[in-house]
Amino acid sequence: MVLSEGAIRGNKTSGPAASGWGSRRLFVGRFETFLIMHEDLNWAIGGEAGDGIDSTGKIFARALSRAGRHVYTSKDFASRIRGGYTAYKVRTAIDPVESVVDRLDVLIALTERTIDENLDELHEGSVIIYDGEQTTMQDVEVPEGMIGLEVPLQGLGEEAGGAIMRNVVALGAACEVAAFPIENLDEALEKRFGDKGRAIVQNNKEAARLGQEYVRENYEYDFEYDLETTDNDYVLLNGDEAIGMGAIAAGCRFYAGYPITPATDIMEYLTGRIEEFGGAVVQAEDELAAINLALGAARAGARAMTGTSGPGIDLMSETFGLVATTETPLVIANVMRSGPSTGMPTKQGQEDLNMMLYGGHGEIPRFVIAPTTIAECFHKTIEAFNLAEKYQVPVYLTADLSMAVTERTYEPEEFDMDAVEIERGKVVDEEDVEAWLDEKGRFRAHAATEDGISPRAFPGTADGAHMTTGLEHDELGRRTEDEDVRVEQVDKRERKVETARERETFEPREFGDPDADTLVLTWGSNEGAIREAMTQLDGVSVRLLSVPYIHPRPDLTEAVEAAEDVLVVEANATGQFADLIEQDTLERVQRINKYTGVRFKADELAEAIRDAVAKTEVPQ
Amino acid sequence: MSSDVRFTDFKSDKQPTWCPGCGDFGTMNGMMKALAETGNHPDETFLVAGIGCSGKIGTYMHSYALHGVHGRALPVGTGVKLANPDLEVMVAGGDGDGYSIGVGHFIHAVRRNVDMTYVVMDNRIYGLTKGQASPTSQEGFETATSPDGTSVPPVNPKALALSAGGTFIAQSFSSDSQRHTELVKQAIEHDGFGFVNVYSPCVTFNDVDTYDYFRDSIVDLEDTDHDPGSFDQAKDRVLDSDKEYIGILYQDEDSTPYVEREGIGSNKAEIPDGAPDGATDLVREFY
Repeated sequence: MVLSEGAIRGNKTSGPAASGWGSRRLFVGRFETFLIMHEDLNWAIGGEAGDGIDSTGKIFARALSRAGRHVYTSKDFASRIRGGYTAYKVRTAIDPVESVVDRLDVLIALTERTIDENLDELHEGSVIIYDGEQTTMQDVEVPEGMIGLEVPLQGLGEEAGGAIMRNVVALGAACEVAAFPIENLDEALEKRFGDKGRAIVQNNKEAARLGQEYVRENYEYDFEYDLETTDNDYVLLNGDEAIGMGAIAAGCRFYAGYPITPATDIMEYLTGRIEEFGGAVVQAEDELAAINLALGAARAGARAMTGTSGPGIDLMSETFGLVATTETPLVIANVMRSGPSTGMPTKQGQEDLNMMLYGGHGEIPRFVIAPTTIAECFHKTIEAFNLAEKYQVPVYLTADLSMAVTERTYEPEEFDMDAVEIERGKVVDEEDVEAWLDEKGRFRAHAATEDGISPRAFPGTADGAHMTTGLEHDELGRRTEDEDVRVEQVDKRERKVETARERETFEPREFGDPDADTLVLTWGSNEGAIREAMTQLDGVSVRLLSVPYIHPRPDLTEAVEAAEDVLVVEANATGQFADLIEQDTLERVQRINKYTGVRFKADELAEAIRDAVAKTEVPQ
Repeated sequence: MSSDVRFTDFKSDKQPTWCPGCGDFGTMNGMMKALAETGNHPDETFLVAGIGCSGKIGTYMHSYALHGVHGRALPVGTGVKLANPDLEVMVAGGDGDGYSIGVGHFIHAVRRNVDMTYVVMDNRIYGLTKGQASPTSQEGFETATSPDGTSVPPVNPKALALSAGGTFIAQSFSSDSQRHTELVKQAIEHDGFGFVNVYSPCVTFNDVDTYDYFRDSIVDLEDTDHDPGSFDQAKDRVLDSDKEYIGILYQDEDSTPYVEREGIGSNKAEIPDGAPDGATDLVREFY
């Protein structure tokens, strides 16, 4: 089954005929029942790129988080319509949220297009805040059934000290609509503008209050939203930041990268922070250089990392084999976006699985790990460094756009630094080196050991000097074409994967009913949306296995055989993970694919799962 | 390190397979001597080699070493040096490796001015693939891939380096052992990116840029009034295509190498058993 945009839309109810909702007048609430059915609020700000959308959205998200509410954000970067439309969306609830739904309750529209772009998600009773005094917004017609709040954003911004604060005026207006105590916004404004001086912070606080008061004084509508606050303290971060923080926690001391959406945030996060821990970031001239810089740092003994997205992986493939055959521990973050070629750079995709598994000429083992949540981006990064060093392999750590550049809240304890354990594998010091010298006193850097793992001597270690090469080599790291040595080295490298399978636990994350007839398998960021979809499946019981280990991976044969329906959910067209499952288990699976460039939504997934199960049911 | 290191300590027990008479023998010997004479030790030296005849040097020398992929030796060397600035890093490759497939990295390595040494064995031919035109082949040079003579002018690596902000640019000749060793030593001792292009003749595939050709055309800058500290003089010399100068074309002794400029920390191989002290502050930042 393929979800096209057409298939996942619908449910738009037309509102009652009402005139004048778009203008400033008293409104009598009549959609209360709809609104209070939901425990979550879906809020967005949209406009042109350059309007400060991201920054404003993040202030609101941070305010909610500081007020003890859970937050999950998403971004619309581009559009079906050409141009620079961009939006930042916030879903907030008291309970944790980790997916988006097809519903938008409050929208700050800086452009008319913002309303058009979100028509499918807006509903009867949705509130649209816009500045009717702008010439571009004068002709805005608020769709039937929705509540238009005309607020002179720019004018009030000027009143507070500058038109630039119009977005903050809108935030104040949104606070009033959502009955969200505006004091919570203050803290977020301080965080955002604190380094610009007290006056700027004060002006922004004032701007927010002007927006709030304007709505309060001019609209007497009881919006029925009541954004409760709690005493909880949450942290708010995105997947790229979680990867960066995980890298520092794991002792990564060197990062080289070339800017590319959506992986750049990792490099930007590390820059200015990793140095505090003795590390360095290098912006390389291209991805060819980036991976070689990281390779050099890793050969020198540093925990090293590079990060990129699909097009960069193409370039790095050149050196990938060298990293692997020289048995150099390296973490390569691949934050996936939609391809092929330049594809849709700001859109979701999980299309690089085959590339990571099979990319590069020749045969060489590699590990592929795909965190399934933002918190897991942190944990799996640490694990990736440990695996890379223990097995002296390159590890692909792959996130996808949907979790990499959007934020969500967590209890801070989720990122417990005291729990971090560093395992460096078979590193030999000057005393241990002796045991690994051959009869001529030469260090056996690629010794064909029983578990396949060789000793590792960092440069500077006395008597450990050795070379290594991308040529097939003997245990001393010197070129060879000897048949026996070739076979011995290929086998020892492959043996490391077997050793890892024996020593590590590569388990899927399990949710739902373990005895359910319907098994849903997925990888990457889809886990959150599927989990929410499972709460909407009245009568259909589901077992979800979310798989973060792609290679080596868990054996899912038993689970697949035990299920009646096996559905594999992934954000690509062909079902690359589904292929793997079929290959492993010799069973056919059903595929739920989405390749529109937009992340899976909980409600559409619920429908897709329901449809897939219904299709295979025998009518009574 | 101890000063009793001999240049033969940098020699491995592997016999070179270069053609008899290859310029790379002399180039390598000079590198080993220069490393020993500047007080380096094989256990604290990292050699990165590119691909090509020159790339085999990693096997014939003894030190920590990586023989990488074609054209990417400089980024590897940069990574090694930044990860552990205590190591002596030397990068070696040929004209194809450095000025064709790797020319992008060359420019940026020069710009960064990381304190390491780059020795290019320039034979103006692709030797390992048996005689095709290289980026430094002279115009009109007849090869298997240019039977009518190359129609494009050669790359000028020294001019490239100078325009990219090079801080040490030298030219040597592999058969002038003493002078070559001296220049590599000066490159090692230079605080920054020490670049030495070496005329390293290919006796098998290049019958134009031969030992005789170089002996006849070389002018040692020491025999002239050239001032290596003068950018203007250097500019004139590197753009003078009529002569084959050897010596230091340009040196900026006051430049600040990358590690100092960026405040790059020391040896990064050593890390704690758990998250580093202060890591919890990173979590707090997200409140």
